[in-house]
Amino acid sequence: MFSNVDWIEDCDTLPLTPPGAPAGAESGVPAASRGAGSRVTRMAEDRAQGASEWVDHVVRIRDARDEAAFAELFAHFAPRVKAFLIRSGADDGLAEECAQEVMATLWQKAHLFDPARASVSTWVFTIARNRRIDALRRQRRPEPEDLPWGPEAEPQQDDVLALQQDSERLAEALRSLPEKQRVLIERAYFGELSHSEIAEETGLPLGTIKSRIRLALDRLRHALR
Amino acid sequence: MTKPMNNDITHHLSPQLLMAYSAGTLPEAFDLIVASHLSLCDQCRAEAESYDAVGGALLEDEPTAEMAEDSLAATLRMIRMGGEPDEPAPARPGTHVLPRPIRDYVGGDLDAVRWQNVGRGVRQALLPVNGDARARLLHIPAGTAVPDHGHQGLELTLVLRGAFSDTDGRFGPGDVEIADQEIEHTPVAEEGEDCICLAVTDAPLRFSGLMPRLAQPFLKI
Repeated sequence: MFSNVDWIEDCDTLPLTPPGAPAGAESGVPAASRGAGSRVTRMAEDRAQGASEWVDHVVRIRDARDEAAFAELFAHFAPRVKAFLIRSGADDGLAEECAQEVMATLWQKAHLFDPARASVSTWVFTIARNRRIDALRRQRRPEPEDLPWGPEAEPQQDDVLALQQDSERLAEALRSLPEKQRVLIERAYFGELSHSEIAEETGLPLGTIKSRIRLALDRLRHALR
Repeated sequence: MTKPMNNDITHHLSPQLLMAYSAGTLPEAFDLIVASHLSLCDQCRAEAESYDAVGGALLEDEPTAEMAEDSLAATLRMIRMGGEPDEPAPARPGTHVLPRPIRDYVGGDLDAVRWQNVGRGVRQALLPVNGDARARLLHIPAGTAVPDHGHQGLELTLVLRGAFSDTDGRFGPGDVEIADQEIEHTPVAEEGEDCICLAVTDAPLRFSGLMPRLAQPFLKI
């Protein structure tokens, strides 16, 4: 039922606002480094680090305050978060500062990470996005009421593995999209898209990932009763 | 427990609103109503989190920017200065009428809301959101109609208690109505229980009736 995302035509009424001050735009990532070529080289080195391995890193931080695990997560994610913030309109100094804060938040909230509901990349994205809203748009970010997972709701290993695999599959599907569609999605997430332009069917496999998250939420709700 | 059962919710958020919430491109008032609906609706929460996964996949493929030389060391210092990690807020199902995102703006539950009368027994309370879009709580007495109104932009209404009906159907607790500028509607609160809603608009409402239109500049709706 949800195997396709239909970008419904009448998006004109969506009150989208740009994420960042356009003033810092000239300090953006060089155009050359956004090209498909650099993506391909990165893919090869990154493929070795599966999504599940990052989960172990976060668990090591949560359980053992493991600075070596943190250093590896930092090396991988901090430069991506910084690029994301620069692309959203931050200058180099602000992006550096915010990227450090995002990574510190990852350490401090390691116990709130639920690997049955999100990959580490997804979790880092949500922290970076919220930092962007706060620092660049100077808005608050209302979040849904928390469903914390206590010891009684420790997620099943099967669920964790399945969600992490689905996340990799989603990333793969995103990479194999026609360039035009991929660019549209990127621009929507980096806040570069005017809302009338969101009118594409992406064909991303969101259905399975959605039902897994739903299952994890059901389990949490059950554990909270 | 006042929380609606998830399967009672029949009017959900649209995919593009959920995606925009996930991308972080909505005005604060719209983030507030989306977060409030997600607090009540696991179906939409799962969908929003799957859009988060799209953001995660994009971040993974993002070109890298060079970090400052002492970046890791500086971050570890920040962590050590930060002390013990945050404890998660307790989230036992409570007896609140207002979901937590709204309580954060009100400074408490329903009894902490500072209502203003807007006529015909209808009361409202503006919430202090940043940006142009507005958020307000509405208290509509059972059986009362809200003046016929259309609006210039998008209006979302989330029912928190009671129910209302209009040309789009019946909206009970947890349901959200998405009304664009085409819709001219007269929501009527159901008999039996007063209706409490959160309404957000990205453009001022224009009322069709004379009285409310005159009142509009004062009410800031």
